[in-house]
Amino acid sequence: MEPFRIHTGIVAPLDRANVDTDAIIPKQFLKSIKRSGFGPNLFDEWRYLDRGEPGQDPSTRPRNSDFVLNHPRYHGASILLARRNFGCGSSREHAPWALLDYGFRALIAPSFADIFYNNCFKNGLLPIVLSENDVDRLFHAVKAFPGFRLTIDLDAQSVHTSDGQHAYRFHVEPFRKQCLLHGHDDIALTLAHADEIRAFETKRLAEQPWLA
Amino acid sequence: MDSRTLYDKLFDSHVVRHEADDTALLYIDRHLVHEVTSPQAFEGLRLAGRKPWRAQSIVATADHNTPTKDWALGIRDPVSRTQVETLDANIRAVGAKAYFPFLDRRQGIVHVIGPESGATLPGMTVVCGDSHTSTHGAFAALAFGIGTSEVEHVLATQCLLTKKAKSMLIRADGKLAPGVTAKDLILAIIGRIGTAGGTGYAIEFAGDTVRALSMEGRMTMCNMAIEAGARAGMIAVDERTLNYIQGRPLAPAGELWDRAAAYWRTLMSDPGATFDLTHTIDAASVRPQVTWGTSPEMVVSIEDRVPDPDRERDQSRRDWMERALTYMGLEPNTLITDIRIDKVFIGSCTNSRIEDLRQAAAMIRGRHIADNVKLALVVPGSGPVKAQAEAEGLDRVFRDAGFEWREPGCSMCLAMNDDRLEPGERCASTSNRNFEGRQGAGGRTHLVSPAMAAAAAVAGRFVDVRRLF
Repeated sequence: MEPFRIHTGIVAPLDRANVDTDAIIPKQFLKSIKRSGFGPNLFDEWRYLDRGEPGQDPSTRPRNSDFVLNHPRYHGASILLARRNFGCGSSREHAPWALLDYGFRALIAPSFADIFYNNCFKNGLLPIVLSENDVDRLFHAVKAFPGFRLTIDLDAQSVHTSDGQHAYRFHVEPFRKQCLLHGHDDIALTLAHADEIRAFETKRLAEQPWLA
Repeated sequence: MDSRTLYDKLFDSHVVRHEADDTALLYIDRHLVHEVTSPQAFEGLRLAGRKPWRAQSIVATADHNTPTKDWALGIRDPVSRTQVETLDANIRAVGAKAYFPFLDRRQGIVHVIGPESGATLPGMTVVCGDSHTSTHGAFAALAFGIGTSEVEHVLATQCLLTKKAKSMLIRADGKLAPGVTAKDLILAIIGRIGTAGGTGYAIEFAGDTVRALSMEGRMTMCNMAIEAGARAGMIAVDERTLNYIQGRPLAPAGELWDRAAAYWRTLMSDPGATFDLTHTIDAASVRPQVTWGTSPEMVVSIEDRVPDPDRERDQSRRDWMERALTYMGLEPNTLITDIRIDKVFIGSCTNSRIEDLRQAAAMIRGRHIADNVKLALVVPGSGPVKAQAEAEGLDRVFRDAGFEWREPGCSMCLAMNDDRLEPGERCASTSNRNFEGRQGAGGRTHLVSPAMAAAAAVAGRFVDVRRLF
């Protein structure tokens, strides 16, 4: 996993609540057995005017010019500003994979769905929760100032505007923060406790042999 | 000792160790695996040179991509076929407690075959790369959906790093009216608390109404806990739980059964246990539910009208409602009973079990689907459900009424196979999600119970099933 320390990037505003993972990456693209290549189909039904199928050349597809990611001013965006309950629905990790593959490194919203939130951390995509008011303020700023950028400092747990005028603090669980800062393979971390797991398992299967 | 909730008991009994910040390393007893969310996990394991920790915890099936007709022709879509064959190869390589591959007579939706085979037992932690894993909580198991990285983590370590959720009690008391089912109850709950109402919580469903539900009904409720935002839903053990499990192929028998059952009977919240949040529901007042929008919380009763965004004060909510109405092609204030449908889908991990099929069949016996219904599908949840339904003659009832009787799988719940809605088509569906495009790009989904879906097929529009009882 790529570590996340400090990131500065263009912010794109997705002004809808309850964006579900079916919208982030529609089901027909889940047939892939790879982790990569989902970016061109991120928000497929909103981004394009035709019906998306695996294997299409995205450069030949008609784009929906109304959709925010198709506005030239948000090209190259790497921070997605969203509304509450972002990522609800299916557990598909293809959703964070698609966001990352498109170029996003961080998401900011008032709340995220639990499974999606968890999946983001496993892939080096940082989901940041800010208050409804702060998110509102950022939506106004993004829409008012073309090229609006933010800097995210994970170690300091802060988001600030490029002029340094506005800064927002965010919470992140210490364990997750460390994993992300260092790009840890958390399977290796867990396997460092293999003896404890083995002991727990042996006792458990002895006490409840029907679990074997 | 302090009074503990069922969730406390399940969580605490699986903690291997605590990390510094209260993150727990949680031991996983049962790992359910399907073809869509596992290939990258198996590949990750291989690339890192790791072996599965305990292959005997794995129970696997192919369900999301599999066709529901013409099984003799195999899987024609090459991309789907590759995914299913990849699962075959992975299970062949690592082994499993049980594998129900495509074409096996016990194949089916992972959340149907888990309980049906006895792979899901009380007191277990059950995970699967699928959000509807909450279904298994109906057996007093701690069951929740995970992403593919966590699938790999469980394969490699038999554990997950997780934080304990907050606890929520949803207590439903009162007798459901004839024709009103567990599906209506859970939709009404989601309508009340919202799709994020359970975010950060594990929900326990309790109360006389829940106690009176069959195991099928309890599975329907826990299945949709995730539609209320909660990763896990659960229900305490009672005699009905034990009766359902006893004799299942993977369930313990003999002396082991007695020991297991004695332990399982302790799997309930202690009197006086406290919850972070409690909701109470008067189940007797619940009417048949129909969703009108693009989120499960956009739900009203069959007696109601499509809501009017002009009456919504909150601007962002009003925008959301307007967008949903545009997508759904509905006018505000339309009577729900005036909504005509094009297709009907009876199936999914929410409502494809034998009781669901019986309830649907009871609505259509001796009747026929309406002329405006282009397709009415019944997709049983598993091979054994299909066989049981056929033994009871339900397949004939459905076929005589003009329904197609299909092979098991996830089918049109998420439309990864050929079963889907075309743009603009409107469907009465017993599934769990009415998101934009869920059942096919541009498709319009109305979530209902199996009885309501079957009655709608006959009428060609939504009708109040209580009038048919």
